[in-house]
Amino acid sequence: MIISDIILKAENISKQYRLGVVGTGTISHDLNRWWHRIRGKEDPFLKVGAINDRSATVKSDYVWALNDIDFEVQRGEVLGIIGKNGAGKSTLLKILSRVTSPTTGEIKTKGRIASLLEVGTGFHPELTGRENIYLNGAILGMTKSEIKTKEQEIIDFSGCQMYVDTPVKRYSSGMRVRLAFAVAAFLEPDILVIDEVLAVGDAEFQKKAIGKMQDISKGDGRTVLFVSHNMAAVQDLCTRVVILEHGELTFNGDVSKGINNYLSKNSLSLGYKDFDNIDNETSSFSRFEMLNNQNELTPSFVSGEKIKFKTLINVCKTIRNPVFSLRISDLNNVNIVTWRSNDYIEEPLPKNQNRDFEISLTTNNLYLLNGVYTVSIGMADGIEMLEAKIKFIEFEVHPSKPNQQFHTITKEKSTNSLIYTIADWDVN
Amino acid sequence: MKTTTNDSWLYTISSKRKLIDFNFKEIWRYRDLLLLFVKRDIVTVYKQTILGPLWYLIQPLFTSIIFTLVFNNLGNIQTGGIDPFLFNLAGITAWNYFRECLNKTSSTFTSNKAIFGKVYFPRVIMPLSITISNLLKFVIQLIIFLVFLCYFWYQGMDISFNPKLFLFPVYVIMMALLGLGLGMIISSMTTKYRDLTILVGFAVQLLMYVSAVPYPVSEAKAKFPEKVAILVEYNPLTQIIEGFRFMLLNTGTFTWFGFIYTFVLSIVLFLIGLVIFNRTEKSFIDTV
Repeated sequence: MIISDIILKAENISKQYRLGVVGTGTISHDLNRWWHRIRGKEDPFLKVGAINDRSATVKSDYVWALNDIDFEVQRGEVLGIIGKNGAGKSTLLKILSRVTSPTTGEIKTKGRIASLLEVGTGFHPELTGRENIYLNGAILGMTKSEIKTKEQEIIDFSGCQMYVDTPVKRYSSGMRVRLAFAVAAFLEPDILVIDEVLAVGDAEFQKKAIGKMQDISKGDGRTVLFVSHNMAAVQDLCTRVVILEHGELTFNGDVSKGINNYLSKNSLSLGYKDFDNIDNETSSFSRFEMLNNQNELTPSFVSGEKIKFKTLINVCKTIRNPVFSLRISDLNNVNIVTWRSNDYIEEPLPKNQNRDFEISLTTNNLYLLNGVYTVSIGMADGIEMLEAKIKFIEFEVHPSKPNQQFHTITKEKSTNSLIYTIADWDVN
Repeated sequence: MKTTTNDSWLYTISSKRKLIDFNFKEIWRYRDLLLLFVKRDIVTVYKQTILGPLWYLIQPLFTSIIFTLVFNNLGNIQTGGIDPFLFNLAGITAWNYFRECLNKTSSTFTSNKAIFGKVYFPRVIMPLSITISNLLKFVIQLIIFLVFLCYFWYQGMDISFNPKLFLFPVYVIMMALLGLGLGMIISSMTTKYRDLTILVGFAVQLLMYVSAVPYPVSEAKAKFPEKVAILVEYNPLTQIIEGFRFMLLNTGTFTWFGFIYTFVLSIVLFLIGLVIFNRTEKSFIDTV
């Protein structure tokens, strides 16, 4: 028997926005609307409206930022909401956090919703840190006594003990963000809405923030709606994802499938990337490929599989001391590994006659843990950098079993370590 | 088997609007926020000023002095045996409260859009907190007025409170309701049409002159053209200012008709304001 405990239910949510500026047209439309309403008719402007595609040219004055969104959230679930810029994620969150109301449809909820749309809302620069903890906490829906019991924890978490009785206007922007996040992190709503807060603070604080978020969602069994562009964080935190595209819900289900779906649709990772040649004066990269064991182009590998990175280079002038480099980073911008060719290639690279040069690198026993990774490449002549492409392509790694007697190696089992390597154990 | 309980939703977010849809329980839950906003308003106004709370004293004092010079010494307005300075101070103290409430609440949506655009709390908390924090300012200014009253009494002026003084709190409430109601109506309108912001600035200034602040109603009746005199007399604010002076200085006129008329009008305006405000708060962020 499956008991489904639905805590939040969205039924055909749509949101219409008016394009252009508010001017005299607004008042005539308003009057028109009002005239329809007093006669008991439907709003005439709900029938028009273009789909939400930023680059398209439309004739209509109205646009649907969200169109017929339906989904349910179970208690204790961490739902990731992903989509490109302008897909409607923020609009959805705004409706969920009751900042604005939907044009049609309704959302029913069984719990209190609190949002971390952007931290630090309502900080008053003249008040001290402590006073702002109370004010901000109350704005986010806490009562005074609730804040009082958590005051010390909040201060400790923010790491601003020394400045807590100083007006916030004297704080550095980093400190302000830390304090704001700390207040929000100690909220205890039934449903927490989080939007991109991971992008704040220094690396150390980001780690702390992600850790706290994991505690909230995993440890306390809180229901969380999480919006992010950081696929690694989505992979880590979420139990289910939905994808928004032009204001419509196009995917609802498994996290890995969702991320794959999203990445492949956004042509970020097709397994190759062609670069435009700017001129024929400077040497440049012309194409980059990622190949698996079977020599197929793919953006998806299993951990430990040999990955062949192939770079094609258009050489316009002889490169005397060529040095190539390739770096793999994760989505938190941590560099995992960097290879340089200077120990391997010493021959000058002559000006090419009729075809591009091909440089390949094949990984050997590289056990990246499951997740999404980015690639950067660079090329130098002696000491001068000729060209660099930073994080221009992404690939995904799935968990694997290095051999029969091994368990499947996953990031979760490795408690979020960066990589895995095979080692020899001795027990005496 | 799948079991879902559909009957126990805590609340629903939708576009449907009822005409009257107040969630008093929710407002009560946010009472701490209300108090913190009041505290914030009071604590931060005069931060980093040298004179600090002395400004509460300076502003009405100087206005009264100027009024006395211009209207009483120059314009020769009779204040019915009361010292003109005291007469003006009483009017200004009352007027200030109304003006502050109106001015501040009328920009609720536009000046708080950063907060309102990110978190939800019952929006009505904001104008309420403004009214309450201004009430505290009003009490301070009232005390200042009473100090001067004592001084003049000590100097031998014949001053007595009116026996109807028990109605005084009602006048304060009416003033608050009027400022709040008008302010909420204006703030809701300005989310879409900014014209009103410009209007409010000078309209409030002009309103003071038809609200019998620097002169008693009897003077208006005697010297204004008849139509203007009626306008002044039936202006609810005139009733309040005149009533205020009647209570504290025992000057001017009081009618039960005027009192009830003003009372009903304040409550009606406040309710209209509340309804309009409530309808606007749902989606003003899209137009502001």
